[in-house]
Amino acid sequence: MKPPSSLRSLPPEGAVRQQPGEAGSVAGSSVRKIGALALLIALACVLPFVVSNYRVFQFTLVLVYAIALLGLNMLTGYNGQISLGHGAFYAIGAYTAAILMDKFGVPYWLTLPIAGVVCAVVGFLFGLPALRLEGLYLSLATFALGVALPQILKYKGIEHWTGGAQGIVITKPEAPEWSGLSQDQWLYFVALAVMLLMFWLGWNLLRGRIGRAMVAIRDQPTAARAMGVDSAMVKSMTFGVSAMYTGVAGALGAIAIQFVAPDSFTIFLSISLVVGIVIGGLASISGAIWGALFIQFIPNVADEISKAAPWAIYGLFLIGFMYVMPTGVAGFIRIALARWRRRRVP
Amino acid sequence: MTLDLFIHQVFSGLASGGIYASVALALVMIYQATHHVNFAQGELAMFSTYIAWSLMQAGMPYWAAFFLTVAIAFVLGVVIERVIVRPVENAPILSVVIVFIGLLVIVNSLAGWIFSYTIKPFPSPFPAEPLFGNRYVSSHELGSMAITLVVLSILFVFFRFTPLGLAMRAAAQNPESSRLVGIRVGWMLALGWGLAGAIGAIAGVMVAPTVFLEPNMMSGILLYAFAAALVGGIDSPGGAVLGGFIVGVLENVVGAVLGTELKLTVALVLIVGVLVVRPSGLFGKVHVTRV
Repeated sequence: MKPPSSLRSLPPEGAVRQQPGEAGSVAGSSVRKIGALALLIALACVLPFVVSNYRVFQFTLVLVYAIALLGLNMLTGYNGQISLGHGAFYAIGAYTAAILMDKFGVPYWLTLPIAGVVCAVVGFLFGLPALRLEGLYLSLATFALGVALPQILKYKGIEHWTGGAQGIVITKPEAPEWSGLSQDQWLYFVALAVMLLMFWLGWNLLRGRIGRAMVAIRDQPTAARAMGVDSAMVKSMTFGVSAMYTGVAGALGAIAIQFVAPDSFTIFLSISLVVGIVIGGLASISGAIWGALFIQFIPNVADEISKAAPWAIYGLFLIGFMYVMPTGVAGFIRIALARWRRRRVP
Repeated sequence: MTLDLFIHQVFSGLASGGIYASVALALVMIYQATHHVNFAQGELAMFSTYIAWSLMQAGMPYWAAFFLTVAIAFVLGVVIERVIVRPVENAPILSVVIVFIGLLVIVNSLAGWIFSYTIKPFPSPFPAEPLFGNRYVSSHELGSMAITLVVLSILFVFFRFTPLGLAMRAAAQNPESSRLVGIRVGWMLALGWGLAGAIGAIAGVMVAPTVFLEPNMMSGILLYAFAAALVGGIDSPGGAVLGGFIVGVLENVVGAVLGTELKLTVALVLIVGVLVVRPSGLFGKVHVTRV
């Protein structure tokens, strides 16, 4: 008993063309690409010294979202499993960090791997039944998870852990003496280091055997199984890894914001993650960063028009990108670069 | 739980079940025709309810505003199908889901923008004191149940006994053959969207007095409607209706026993459970995939 086969249609055209080659293009073999990457990292290191503390905080959140978006992109972009409830894993990561710091006095940096492991396990377990749900049905189930989670977090039975509707306030970590940095700057560098590590791991995962298996399952599930890909294993593992990324991001985000409460993790958080991967570019590593910049800064700009404006803009961009630019910003840059190169080499 | 409380919970479960049944029916109608799940269904219903509210604020009597709203929601549904959904009709599932999510977000923020996020009371057309002096069910609950049943019967008659209803069913089941006998399949799909919009509007207006009017009022109801549609079988209209009542009662009884914070979890568990154990639901067609 399976959902109708017609649901198993192809992913967006751009995503089909998207191969692990894109991963290679981030830091491919050529010296020039490595140089560009080094320049970007250098720029990212200089950034917190030239902008205000509040801006540094905002860029920290960009890094946090980038990690979460990479996680969701693995699942939805690369593996073709639609999740509309990834905010739930972000929330679980955030709450894990907050509870560990608040109730057990665990140092903040140690909460990140723990949150990652917790979310990986939860994601893997949620992924097991989700294996049977293809396409549309998985999106329904994850949507339900995203909508239900804030209520679960308010549940009386776990109130002494979660703080109920009030949430938990956590203290911002102090920068170590030797660094001479402000709290915001220190946190920014922590986030940057975590993000670089996670992206490096993700890049290795996606361009290798497992990454190809993920894409194969998305594009040709039957053929992939015939070729010996353990579809069930790869799918639930992808779910676990994806949840782990999002969970680590959630923990980092909680530490940066110093506060967790059920109402910060509504279905709209999950939707903004979807917005991020669509705008940034499905099945693209660099897309996670573009998407993160978008979901962090567009609301700030749009908020001045109206409280509702950011979401109206999100919605318009979602539909607009689906119609005219399904490969997102990353895909657009790729195409533009390719054209530019072709013009230079006659 | 005392018996009295239990009976009371079952009745109010049936009342909200009627609402879920309506929204689930709207979802199933669109699913049958296009194999899309309309994530924006709840928000469209919410927006229609705001339209009804503005009409009443402008001084229109309740029932005039009610029917005018249903008509507007019908037109709105048709327009959305023609303008937004049509271009992605045969697109991959991910694009379709994302377009619907985009629609959800846009309608939600438009409502917030135009009508503000403050919670508004919404009038009920039914008397405040319970009918027939009973202790278990308020007259609004009874009234909204009655209206739901009337709507469902009208729909049944429409699809079963009118040429247009037959044409719509044909277009949903077999588009190619329908086209060959001269049915304009595209318009039939748009009509389906219109009907779904109208049913959603009725559900929204009926539920607004209990949940109060605000842009996010339908998000939970949409979830229960998903659960209802899946319990009944997502391609079975009758199943969706029965599923709606089952979910309504379950949600209320579980909420009373375990605490209201777990009400949405009932829907989550039902959705995941049905999809895992019996994806075709109670009355849905069992699909077999050919490899």
